[in-house]
Amino acid sequence: MTLKLQARIPSGPIEQQWSNARFEMKLVNPANKRKYKVIVVGSGLAGGAAAATLAELGYDVACFCFQDSPRRAHSIAAQGGINAAKNYQNDGDSIHRLFYDTVKGGDFRAREANVHRLAEVSVDIIDQCAAMGVPFAREYGGTLANRSFGGAQVSRTFYARGQTGQQLLLGVYSALARQIGVGKVKMFPRTEMLDVVVDPATGRAIGIVVRDLVTGAISSYAAHAVVLATGGYGNAFYLSTNAKGCNVTATYRAYKRGAGFANPCFTQIHPTCIPVSGDYQSKLTLMSESLRNDGRVWVPKSQADIAKHPDQIADEARDYYLERKYPSYGNLSPRDIASRAAKEQCDEGRGIGPGGRGVYLDFRDALRRDGEDKVREKYGNLFDMYERITGENPYKVPMRIYPAVHYTMGGLWVDYHLQTTIPGLFCLGEANFSDHGANRLGASALMQGLADGYFIIPYTLGHYLAGIAAKDLADPASAAFRAVEGEVTARIDKLVAVRGKRSVDSFHKELGLLMWEDCGMARSKQSLSDALSRIPALREEFWRDVTVLGGKDSFNQTLEKAGRVADFLEFAELMCQDALVREESCGGHFRVEHQLEGEAKRDDEKFCHVAVWEHAGDGVAPVRNIEPLTFENVKLATRSYK
Amino acid sequence: MSAAEHALGLTLHIWRQPDRTTPGKMVTYKVSGVSVHASFLEMLDILNEQLTERDEEPVAFDHDCREGICGMCSLMINGRPHGGRPATTTCQLHMRFFRDGDEIWIEPWRAHAFPVIKDLCVDRSSFDRVIAAGGFVTANCGSAADANDILVPKDQADHAMDAAACIGCGACVAACPNGSAMLFVAAKLAHLHHLPQGQPERLHRTQAMVTAMDAAGFGNCSNHYECEAACPKDISRDVIAKLNRDYARAALVSRERDDKSGGSG
Repeated sequence: MTLKLQARIPSGPIEQQWSNARFEMKLVNPANKRKYKVIVVGSGLAGGAAAATLAELGYDVACFCFQDSPRRAHSIAAQGGINAAKNYQNDGDSIHRLFYDTVKGGDFRAREANVHRLAEVSVDIIDQCAAMGVPFAREYGGTLANRSFGGAQVSRTFYARGQTGQQLLLGVYSALARQIGVGKVKMFPRTEMLDVVVDPATGRAIGIVVRDLVTGAISSYAAHAVVLATGGYGNAFYLSTNAKGCNVTATYRAYKRGAGFANPCFTQIHPTCIPVSGDYQSKLTLMSESLRNDGRVWVPKSQADIAKHPDQIADEARDYYLERKYPSYGNLSPRDIASRAAKEQCDEGRGIGPGGRGVYLDFRDALRRDGEDKVREKYGNLFDMYERITGENPYKVPMRIYPAVHYTMGGLWVDYHLQTTIPGLFCLGEANFSDHGANRLGASALMQGLADGYFIIPYTLGHYLAGIAAKDLADPASAAFRAVEGEVTARIDKLVAVRGKRSVDSFHKELGLLMWEDCGMARSKQSLSDALSRIPALREEFWRDVTVLGGKDSFNQTLEKAGRVADFLEFAELMCQDALVREESCGGHFRVEHQLEGEAKRDDEKFCHVAVWEHAGDGVAPVRNIEPLTFENVKLATRSYK
Repeated sequence: MSAAEHALGLTLHIWRQPDRTTPGKMVTYKVSGVSVHASFLEMLDILNEQLTERDEEPVAFDHDCREGICGMCSLMINGRPHGGRPATTTCQLHMRFFRDGDEIWIEPWRAHAFPVIKDLCVDRSSFDRVIAAGGFVTANCGSAADANDILVPKDQADHAMDAAACIGCGACVAACPNGSAMLFVAAKLAHLHHLPQGQPERLHRTQAMVTAMDAAGFGNCSNHYECEAACPKDISRDVIAKLNRDYARAALVSRERDDKSGGSG
């Protein structure tokens, strides 16, 4: 172990740690803030909120995104909602309960102090979003409405129809746009970060190297600190619910420059997605977890019934397996558990639809109980989306769903200040590892993104900047930047020069299928070892036989994809290595060798820690470092939803 | 059904333009083996794979989420933004609505304020400039009161949400014979003006966004309402009437303010 993993968890009882930390943190004089340059990469909930808020405080901010506008970041696709411990429903919620649910939901692989802080600031997030005009759902009296989500027995999820992510992101975007309008944020859309620059003398992050996606120009930007909020790496599986552009490049490049990468094998498979329909398929579409409030999940009890029309299968012949297996949480069991249960039914040959890879999500009872109008009001846009994609009307026929890759809990290791192992390089939102352990609960990603961006980084970044002099701004023309620019350019030249026979997508699809089979919902020593031998061969073939048509000095979407797939081809190996060493099952990481009656079996003696991978050079095995986890406020226990 | 019934062969006429300044032209391609279950963009993926095999440069088109919410995809399909099906973005348009042997014309958004970058991709940063001029509530982070201190009648919250559903794709502009952005601008204003939070800056916001819209090179609204028909999120043209009312009020109030300041000066 060579990484210094100091989590900087504040002193005192957990309820006071964030408050103590805020008091202990140094401040930057308001008149000096404008002298500090901050780079934010990504404009989703975490990055957009950070850029806007840091600019409101007075810092000189530059924000980068690869989309044509910051309003399009993938946070926009989140459907169901955002959790907050408001206890507006008077149903027993509290900051401590949200903290408890999140630690337990994450199967005891998250850092207690971070999670408690997340629960604390959750209430401020709702206030802030409401003040900015986010059109949350309301009750007739004008107060905010709530609904329930998986892994919780209280109603703490705030929502805006089935478009909560969109509305929260448009709120963030509006705040960001305001700062762009007054010149406090310089926005760089259609610009992709391709590397981070670390000062060889001090070891601090001093800037980034980017490619202008329209002109192809490579250039450098210097700053006093760099904030990465670049999302997750679910597209390592090719098919996922992520947007097509989501990629690991920013965080993986940071890893190669010395930032530790934590728990890369922790990926979330979401139980309710529209099943795969063919090999032309480019992505999978999620059907919000909120549907499980009213939809009941089932498969036929008998294999003989799988081809029958669902209407012809009597209640006695249906297996509502979540209600059967987990009576207290039922259809609202957490995502990892619901996904595995679906796989189990299909593995037993009771799956429905093409290829037997599907289960029913049935609204019959809700439609009978509440009527079509009520159901339409709650879920109308999701039902419409389902019908557009499948051509089937879910008011008449049950939805067919199957698990799909959705979110990645792993990410760059960060301390309590959200700083990576590279000083001056911070990481927020899905891109970091910190709050969700081995499984994220529904409606908690939006909460974490906004917590990090609105309420945490404005404090912790200030503390960092207070420790460095404003005059110490790197020169983007200096040797350190030139060297990285040279490496970035060489890599692009190499990609364009291969001129082989196979398309970028064909490699991405092959990698994705391999990862889904060997490092997906169920993993074994054998499947992972197999993947670890096949990935390097595929990578070698990629660099020998990929074809990237079009030039490098112009708009070239194939080249963009090629760079991202090249990084996935390296990163996938890290995911499998991490999964292989973690000889336990926890949350979304299910090792078939470690189970108890079909449930995940943790090994707290050996694995109650964060695995933090350290790059040791190309072609050299990475080093596995450890941050031990201690549970002082939530008792380490077997997670049960029965 | 046999496999053949699921696969379409199509003739595509696609706008190819290498960059902003070089003139473009329609180019005809054949594409085969397209599943009826594929989306329109997946059909273009198949075309691009076939082009790549033939060593021809793939067609550039904007897309990201492919689930109808990010607003990145565009395309004039047979002269209709997003293909013209009700409440459907191009990424959610499925090939089951086309027939084997169909000819399809595919072009970028055509509007003065959306210059073509390459092939089917256009520059929509003019939308961002309009939002930056006033499409927000000024509420610095940390200054908010408890969320339930602001009561919003449910019908008003619903109206606000209806307007806020805009994904900023630009179909309204592309559909308008004048290249006007009225539906886009009015939707943002209606979202904020149905809420109490939007009231303090209401008139200033209206003026600022309309001014920015004009400066960005969008045309005037002459009540064709093609925008409403093209909107993949069913934004109602009623929002434009609301904008016009507020704009008239804003003009009146600013004239009164000018008169007063003139009098006291």
